[in-house]
Amino acid sequence: MTQLKNPARRNFMKSSAAVGGSLVIGVTLPDAFRGMAYAASESAVNAWIRVGSDNSITILCARSEMGQGVVMALPTLVAEELEVDLSKIKVDFAPPGEVYINGMLGGQITGGSTSVRDGWEKLRIAGAQARMMLVSAAAQKWGVDASTLKAGNGWVTGPGGKKASYGSLAEAASKLTPPKDVALKDPSKFRYVGKPLHRMDTADKIRGKTIYGIDVKLPGMLYASLAQCPVIGGKVVSVDDAKAKSMPGVKHVVKITDGVAVVADTWWQARTARDTLSITWDEGPGKALNSESISAGLAAAMSSPGATIKAQGSVADGMKAAAKTVEATYEMPFLSHSPLEPMNFTADVRKDSALLIGSIQFQQLALGMAAAITGLKPEQITVKTTFLGGGFGRRIDCDYMAQAVEISKITGVPVKLVWTREDDMTHDFYRPISHTQMSAGLDASGKPTALSFKMSSPSVTSRLFPPLVKDGVDPLMTEAILVPYDIPNQSVATVIHDTGLRVGYLRSVSHALNVFANESFIDEMAAAAGKDPYEYRLSLLEKQPRFANVLKLAAKEAGWGKPLPKGHARGIGLMEGYDTYMSQVTEVSVVDGQIKVHRVVVAVDLGRMVNPNIVRQQLESNIVFGLTAALYGNITLKDGRVEQTNFHQYKLLRMPETPKIEMHIVNSTEKPGGIGEPGMALLSPTVANAVYALTGKRLRKMPLSLA
Amino acid sequence: MASLDINGKAREVNADPNTPLLWVIRDSLGMTGTKFGCGAQLCGACTVHLDGKPVRSCGTPLSAAIGKKVTTIEGIGATEAGKKVQAAWASLDVPQCGYCQSGQIMSATALLAEKPKPTDADIDNAMAGNICRCGTYPRIRAAIHQAAGGKGA
Repeated sequence: MTQLKNPARRNFMKSSAAVGGSLVIGVTLPDAFRGMAYAASESAVNAWIRVGSDNSITILCARSEMGQGVVMALPTLVAEELEVDLSKIKVDFAPPGEVYINGMLGGQITGGSTSVRDGWEKLRIAGAQARMMLVSAAAQKWGVDASTLKAGNGWVTGPGGKKASYGSLAEAASKLTPPKDVALKDPSKFRYVGKPLHRMDTADKIRGKTIYGIDVKLPGMLYASLAQCPVIGGKVVSVDDAKAKSMPGVKHVVKITDGVAVVADTWWQARTARDTLSITWDEGPGKALNSESISAGLAAAMSSPGATIKAQGSVADGMKAAAKTVEATYEMPFLSHSPLEPMNFTADVRKDSALLIGSIQFQQLALGMAAAITGLKPEQITVKTTFLGGGFGRRIDCDYMAQAVEISKITGVPVKLVWTREDDMTHDFYRPISHTQMSAGLDASGKPTALSFKMSSPSVTSRLFPPLVKDGVDPLMTEAILVPYDIPNQSVATVIHDTGLRVGYLRSVSHALNVFANESFIDEMAAAAGKDPYEYRLSLLEKQPRFANVLKLAAKEAGWGKPLPKGHARGIGLMEGYDTYMSQVTEVSVVDGQIKVHRVVVAVDLGRMVNPNIVRQQLESNIVFGLTAALYGNITLKDGRVEQTNFHQYKLLRMPETPKIEMHIVNSTEKPGGIGEPGMALLSPTVANAVYALTGKRLRKMPLSLA
Repeated sequence: MASLDINGKAREVNADPNTPLLWVIRDSLGMTGTKFGCGAQLCGACTVHLDGKPVRSCGTPLSAAIGKKVTTIEGIGATEAGKKVQAAWASLDVPQCGYCQSGQIMSATALLAEKPKPTDADIDNAMAGNICRCGTYPRIRAAIHQAAGGKGA
């Protein structure tokens, strides 16, 4: 697959470079409509809005819905300015198209907590532009000035009782030139934006009606199960498939780049027959990988100078002036994404066309890879995105899609490939492992004189978007790497160290690594200074009002300093991620040597919100996700094999372990921040800091354990 | 051919009796509301009811379901407890990605059918087998209480 993937990625990078960073307004580019199926009775006013002659309004959602609520939040932004009844609109997922590129990421990618930040103006402009075109169409029809007309609830009204529905105007409106100057509503006039509305996707989700990738069915479709090398990257040398071919329902056994696929009438038949394959693998260099040697490699990489992220003053002078010094090394493991819907994909590859349907986070990569594999032109390929049963970054990679495309191409039939949970856990693109060394000097009063930070870790960006890594700096490795604290002399460096295991972006990406180190270490500094960890942080935040504000709010609401039940303690931490400022207080106890988390209080300032209800969902989600990482998450390797295969070995937080969660959101008119990811990063340091307060023991290695 | 009583309807299925009920429901009957998560009875996404009791359909062979009443997410709204659970789920916006929610609702409904006023400890016990990677547990707990007409409403 390597040979195929790379050209596709290079092509993608070229095309995305042209549009990266620019704000693309919803004008009618021909490319935007490729693959977009709409009824003859509908008119597309622009790339985001289709209006039916029956007055139905369909808003396109160009980001993948994986739980974070974009299917509600993004259409809300369009509908606000379009002036339609939000409860009556329909939502469709957009096809790949340049117009749908995420301006913050340079590709049609759902990630980086960017969906609302990227869409905040763009989607309101799209809605306003379409509304103005509908009004202009009415003005032309009635021969009046557009300024005398009003739009509301899907109708244009004018003097003398004139009234026309959007549906009756859409065809004429779609032929008009989109207006260049668009005035957006004053936020005080918002009807939907900022309101805690119910999600529109809930009704189907509680009735089992939502279609995820795994639920797709095509006429004549067969099911595939794929045996992949237990060592990632290994290749098939030979296969004995005689038994499998004789089993009921089995139609094909085919060798593809990543392994051997069994294709049968039902998935269970395919999966059962797959177990009878006898495959000889060339395991490749990956077979030498072991957790011990990987960890030793990361430690050794620390001796490399790495890339300087920040150099302020002189750390050497600051350390010389110090009355006391503090040092610590923090270790974070590989993690698995483990969305509950295992990787799967449906492909129907024909001579002159291909249909691809499934759960993906990166539509153009899917399109580019499929074109490279099939030899078809992009315009011959239709990509449809379904709802995702979780993503967390896993579905930015399209390996499973490529496999389904290969299988369909070889067999000539529509195929749904479904991985087992074991396939999923052992063939992930894992959250990078890391080591972080920190040291600090404190003066006689406990005030910091110097801080040094150095981490070694593999780089996801080097694999996925190599041109973005310049001078040894992966810009995504440096998220939250700089402390907000007022410290005169600082040195911050990163060392990119490839461990040999493939890595991928996972929710909160490097925030989780860097916030664990930074917020644990400031706690160690406070302890060395003999200060309260809250007061100590606050004393260093005079120039950081948004940080100080959330810190104070979290401490106040959590009752910082107030008595707790015997055997309980609190830990505190703060962070900024995706333009969102957060602070958290976590209360723990230790029961039979196990850490138990009782209560999490989070204070957040994320600027303006589209939907506070979804914001709260995401805060809760991040706390549970972050606790899983803090207490359990650990992918280990032996002889190149991932040792965890299912949820008995890779534990995820369950109902009885879920703490009480309290959320406090700052009323803010700052520009919107992202909320899908940042919160999870605060669980590990706040739990570790609470355990220290309780036991005097510093936990510097994740997952956190007193054993 | 075997006859399966599913959501009150008799359906003929042509599958090996050892086939897990999950795949009979999803692939043979085309009812995709019941989800595949782990295949090892560890996550609860595939939970259905056999004669009103929650079972993991990924670990239940078709043969064990013959002669019993099978209820899935597609049919649970027809029961009194199921209707209340779905209403509470909607009112508290429980789902995020939603993938595990069929299983969560089937487990919660079975709990309420057995214990109309569950305590937090009852909820812990009944729901511990259902994983939600999005972390909707606080809302699930509140929704169960709300469906029971008690706290959390």
